[in-house]
Amino acid sequence: MATLTATRHSTISPWRSTAQRGVVLGLVVLFIALVGLVGAFAKKDLVYEVISVGQFLLLISGFIGGYITGQRSEHLGIAARVLHGTMVAVISGVIVALFLLLATTVDFRDILVNSNRDLFAVLQFKQEAPLSGAIVLVVVFAVTGLAGSLLSLPPQRWRAPIMTGLLVVLLIGLLADLLDVLLVSGPFKPLAEFLFPRKGISVPGALALFVVSAIVSTIWPFFGQVTTPARKWINSPGRKPVKFTLIVAVLVPLIIVLPWVLQLYLSDVMTNVGIYILMGLGLNIVVGFAGLLDLGYVAFFAIGAYVMGLLTSPDSSLALSLTFWEALPISMVVAGTFGVLLGIPVLRMRGDYLAIVTLGFGEIIRILATSEVLLPVIGGPQGILGIPKPALFGLVFKDAQYIFYIVVVCALIALYVSWRLSDSRIGRAWVAIREDEDVAEAMGINLVSYKLLAFAIGATFSGMAGGIFAAKLGSIFPHSFNLLISINVLSLIIVGGMGSLPGVFIGALVLVGLPELLREFAEYRLLMYGAALVGMMLIKPEGFVPAQQRKRELAQEDVFPEELEEISAPAVAEEVAS
Amino acid sequence: MRQRLAGQLAFTNFVVWGIGAAVLVFVIVGSIATISKGIYPPDVWASFIIFGLAQGSVYALIALGYTLVYGVLFMINFAHGEVFMGGMYIAFYVARAFEESGLLDANPFLALLIITIVAMVSSMVIAFLVERIAYRPLRRAPRLIPLITAIGASFFLQNAFRGLFGPSTKVYPDVDILKGNWVLFGVRILKTQVLVIVAAVVIMIGLYLLVQYTKVGRAMRAVAEDKDAAALMGINVDRVIVITFVVGAAMAGAAGVLYALLFKQVTHTVGFIPGLKAFTAAVLGGIGNIPGAMVGGLFLGIFESVGPALFFAGLNIPAPNQLKDVIAFTMLVMVLIFRPTGILGEALSEKKA
Repeated sequence: MATLTATRHSTISPWRSTAQRGVVLGLVVLFIALVGLVGAFAKKDLVYEVISVGQFLLLISGFIGGYITGQRSEHLGIAARVLHGTMVAVISGVIVALFLLLATTVDFRDILVNSNRDLFAVLQFKQEAPLSGAIVLVVVFAVTGLAGSLLSLPPQRWRAPIMTGLLVVLLIGLLADLLDVLLVSGPFKPLAEFLFPRKGISVPGALALFVVSAIVSTIWPFFGQVTTPARKWINSPGRKPVKFTLIVAVLVPLIIVLPWVLQLYLSDVMTNVGIYILMGLGLNIVVGFAGLLDLGYVAFFAIGAYVMGLLTSPDSSLALSLTFWEALPISMVVAGTFGVLLGIPVLRMRGDYLAIVTLGFGEIIRILATSEVLLPVIGGPQGILGIPKPALFGLVFKDAQYIFYIVVVCALIALYVSWRLSDSRIGRAWVAIREDEDVAEAMGINLVSYKLLAFAIGATFSGMAGGIFAAKLGSIFPHSFNLLISINVLSLIIVGGMGSLPGVFIGALVLVGLPELLREFAEYRLLMYGAALVGMMLIKPEGFVPAQQRKRELAQEDVFPEELEEISAPAVAEEVAS
Repeated sequence: MRQRLAGQLAFTNFVVWGIGAAVLVFVIVGSIATISKGIYPPDVWASFIIFGLAQGSVYALIALGYTLVYGVLFMINFAHGEVFMGGMYIAFYVARAFEESGLLDANPFLALLIITIVAMVSSMVIAFLVERIAYRPLRRAPRLIPLITAIGASFFLQNAFRGLFGPSTKVYPDVDILKGNWVLFGVRILKTQVLVIVAAVVIMIGLYLLVQYTKVGRAMRAVAEDKDAAALMGINVDRVIVITFVVGAAMAGAAGVLYALLFKQVTHTVGFIPGLKAFTAAVLGGIGNIPGAMVGGLFLGIFESVGPALFFAGLNIPAPNQLKDVIAFTMLVMVLIFRPTGILGEALSEKKA
């Protein structure tokens, strides 16, 4: 029963929908400003001395308003589309401007903490008086709305380069400090000086980036066509070993060199990403393959970390002083056992109840870990200290750059296991359970075994991640094992694509890597996660790199007659012939 | 097939019943130890119970929101805790304004009434927005998706409040007239607690009357019974669903004010744990069942209040109050494992996950 989410030609009058859109957009921009995002980002220059990221946020809102309105009103004439697009942006600008005028007269600061001078400075676009600032604001919105609606007119071929150019400038601008540090210390120094002379991107640098990426995106389809024979050759059945060897030959040296290129801070970030990838692969098995929504996943992470701490730290209550390599398998086994233990009671539960119960379990374990009851054993709120770093043949893995290798190896192991499982009888059983438990049971699948297996393997990977985490940090505190970590891991699976292995990597890079790199985001991380979860579910529930099956299930409602019209006979014939 | 299922589950059943039995034994032994040692005198027990009743009334009101939404949509509104928090949060500013202007002390009941109305309206607006933006487009999606959306909405709301209003803790002002306590049969009862219990009872009676005797209530019951049949009867199902959300939110908003009267402190995370506990209460009473939510809430409140003292003190477990939440969550787990239909429960239709 696929629902058709049709873009019906609305029966509401265009002015009314424009008014609605304008008001909604205005409130959204106001929200973003008052939550503090605009202010926090205003300090970061996107293009040096020209525009800050905060201002960019405002501009892009007007632009998006114009663009979407233009897109959605294809049934109107060109002039009408541009008009409505601009009006949407203007209305939203007016709303923000009205608030600005109000807030500069009445002090809202002890209620809405962000309606302060810094914010007003950004909103007023450096005008002195609020009134002139408000007018400039509305004008700016009008201009960007106009630009956006104009850009929605031409066909995709023309739009793509411009959008790509803007996106590249935005990304590079956000990561400017980082890239600067990276490039400056190597052979690319002149490039660094050209692009990032002071804060943000330089004006010529921004223009150059825009032009280059626009050109590249225009050429890309041709590039794709030229390489098609080569790509077909390498993907043809007999060539898999060749493809595999090539990939390995490229990736292995890259990974070995990476921590040294990236230096300490970034290696630390990558190691964290790696730990989350490990956890993501585990949860991917439980949620993505078997469809069991486990919200208490952090419990296994905590168990792995605590076991590692207890076994290796000379200060712990056990004082066994095992090595990292001896303790890691034990952490994994203990975590896996708990996975089974926690899985047994929830075997008969479904969906929402399963989620809540696992959440309850996670919370119980967290509270017990912090409590005084278990203090003699696991250290209570003080946690466990003095966890030694791993050592191998005399080489101590003392920095993140060394631990990175451990994480990579473990992640590869987990990846291999997940991949082989997904394509096996067990994997297919999981898919069957995920789709419809009763039918799966009727087909002879032993629900108990497979569900417990999923929990066990998921917990094992999480335990592995926990053990590495403990060794990396050297000390663990129960407060760090909270619900947020479970939600983080869940988010990165969702964003990457439930059940999809490359998706876990993408999700981790985006949701764990980016916030670490974009320090200004730090306060708003959870806000972004929440918005990302809701947004992804509404727009692209199958994730960014969907597993093929999921895509067919979930994206089905998006296949609509409009798209069918675009498929012409020659195109179909070509597809069939290739 | 039932037989085969029973056979396969035999071992796991054994483990599960083992866990349940262990918990039960622990509870009984602890209770006996505490009572026989006479650690707490009877009037302290009575004060625990009264406090539990007050706390339980708050849980009951929030639980009503969960149960109403589950009844019509068969979905757990994860964001309901944030609806509860939102009302409390926004009403705080009104309360503060009243305190500064003196209205809170001059005419406390009027002030409290206005504060409660503001809280209820705020909660209703938040719930309406969440339903409109996050839930309605996903009405027909597979079960996992609205659940994840709800989790996302919950986090978003929490942090939106944090971003908008700052991470500092907001403290509700004291109401002079509610300070102090009465002594009833030798038991001290805080005036605040009495107000909370009475107010909650009044609101619950109001809700019951609404659901049983008004047209809107009948529509809600009809939609909960069978959405499609209700639509065929001419009921605007979408509108009824929105009304259900909004009514549940109003309950939560009122609960927020009562919670603030009891505990005074408001932060952006204050809705999370009471939300979970209220869900426990709703399930305990039988989800989808309105009197059940009320009973479940009161029961959980008392259990949680009396529990740490009763179960742990006798066994010399240090700092029993830290483990208050463990008791609530353990009860959640036990109820969901052993009696998912709850005390007054209706048979759960086995909807696919």
